[in-house]
Amino acid sequence: MKLTAESAPSSAHARQRATVMARLRKDKWTYVLLAPGLLYFLIFKYVPMWGVLLAFQNYQPFLGFWKSEWIGMENFRIFFDNPEFFMLLRNTLVLSLYNLLFFFPAPIILALLLNEVRRAFFKRTIQTMIYVPHFISLVIVASLTYVFLTTQNGIVNTMLEKYTGDTIDFLGSPDWFRPMIITQTIWKESGFGTIIFLAALAGVDVEQYEAAIMDGANRWRQMWHITLPSIRNTIVILLILRMGDVLDNGFEQIYLMLNPLNREVAEVFDTYVYMMGITQGAFSYSTAVGLFKAVVGVILVLGANWTAKRFGQSGIY
Amino acid sequence: MSKSYRSLGGTLFDIFNYLLLSLIGIAAVLPFLYIVAGSFASDSELTRRAFFIIPQSFSVAAYKYIFSTDTVTHSIWNSLMITVGGTIVNLFFTVTMAYALAKRGLMGRNLVLNLVIFSMLFSGGMIPTYLVVRELQLLDTFWALILPGAISAFNLIIVKNFFQEIPPELEEAARIDGCAEIGLLWRIVLPLSMPVLATFTLFYAVGHWNNFFSALLYINDPEKWPLQVMLRQIVLLSQMAAGSAQSVDYNYVKEAEQSIKMAVIVVGTIPILLVYPFLQKHFAKGVLIGSVKG
Repeated sequence: MKLTAESAPSSAHARQRATVMARLRKDKWTYVLLAPGLLYFLIFKYVPMWGVLLAFQNYQPFLGFWKSEWIGMENFRIFFDNPEFFMLLRNTLVLSLYNLLFFFPAPIILALLLNEVRRAFFKRTIQTMIYVPHFISLVIVASLTYVFLTTQNGIVNTMLEKYTGDTIDFLGSPDWFRPMIITQTIWKESGFGTIIFLAALAGVDVEQYEAAIMDGANRWRQMWHITLPSIRNTIVILLILRMGDVLDNGFEQIYLMLNPLNREVAEVFDTYVYMMGITQGAFSYSTAVGLFKAVVGVILVLGANWTAKRFGQSGIY
Repeated sequence: MSKSYRSLGGTLFDIFNYLLLSLIGIAAVLPFLYIVAGSFASDSELTRRAFFIIPQSFSVAAYKYIFSTDTVTHSIWNSLMITVGGTIVNLFFTVTMAYALAKRGLMGRNLVLNLVIFSMLFSGGMIPTYLVVRELQLLDTFWALILPGAISAFNLIIVKNFFQEIPPELEEAARIDGCAEIGLLWRIVLPLSMPVLATFTLFYAVGHWNNFFSALLYINDPEKWPLQVMLRQIVLLSQMAAGSAQSVDYNYVKEAEQSIKMAVIVVGTIPILLVYPFLQKHFAKGVLIGSVKG
């Protein structure tokens, strides 16, 4: 066969190739098991990655990918020149900042409070209650928000009217959009977010506390000098992950709460991509927007990881 | 902590802490209690009484109404099919790939692992993925809700790590007894992995039941809408799907609006609350947490 003829000059090479073939044959069934998953990643993860090239095209569905015209950075230029760009950037960053300031500390504080509880039954009961919202869909969360806050018979406005004589249109007001989103996130995720910190806290050596008590440290000092340092690594890792998501506000939640009345503060990159791409069919343009977002995300997460390592923390990559 | 170290400040802190945590716990579940109560109340009661947990005028009119039309029932059925079918696909794809990747000597293993990890860092995004699904002619089919998310890279790596922990001697012994690769997976590895698989079954299933994004993206045909999309139509957009709205007395809808919305929310939440105790049992064991860093 051709194979043997070619490899004749170098017998080492031939042996190597023979081992490769033998190993492939030996693991034949393992490769069969690998195939469906690998195909999945190639088709649904890597073809779309290659599909980001659409961003540099003027993609026409009837021409297809191969025949559409290449236009270089034109889509990006249009996007950055568009006044909407700054609105999207501002809305996205403000929401992320709010999230970092108001939501990020919530599970940490909650975990610290739970950690101080000595009665196991009480602790378990509270945990059972606060984990529930994590499993509720965002549609339900948005529905609850609507049902509570609507001006037509919603409980909050019914009460407001009773006591102040006035109602507030929370759902259609730009001022209330961000507080609403952050409240939803805090309600839904701060309970479940405690798990990772509680796991880290469970590993703290009790002797450390005993020694601290002997030295006369009160509860605050124990928390400050023992408890907090023991979850510092976890906090750093979560912060790094958070960095990668700075431009990622979570499509579903925003989309569900977005309406024409609060659009000026509510529209973010993800919802804009959906609107331009799926609703209006501007595939290339919206791919460019999405690509911009993804690339900034990768840069941010790698940058945060690098910074954390420089400051002596263990990164994740 | 033993009693002798307790100070007055410590005791005050404890009281404050227990009170605060109780309030937080109540805040997490109270919205549901109110919604359940409201779904059994009349709309006049909802207007009259601000907040209540037990309705005075107990009525199942809201439930009667939502099950009197096909709209909600049909979407529940769709959601069930997607959840069951999708979870089976998830498990099949995740387990087979994780098993193959758990073999350290496998050629090309590192390459594939890196492909998986890179896909967690960078994604093609909404539009390219949408176009792939469209090219595959999957739009408006349940496959569009199942295949594009067949494997969660994160779950895959956790299951792979778990499979790696299984002692190789067990597999060797089975191999000597004449067990082939697939038999090995089926008869040795899977039975040993039941707790982990139960966890992922539940998490995948909850994910399917709760999924709204994929359906919004890929399903235009109201006949194929899952419950989450229907829920949004009814509660957020305040309208029943076109077909059935005409067959219903308009005044009746108007009258019962708020309680109907609440009833639909309850229907959408109940399946989650039913599996919640099982979910909690598993994640509380730390199956997921231990693997986050490893």
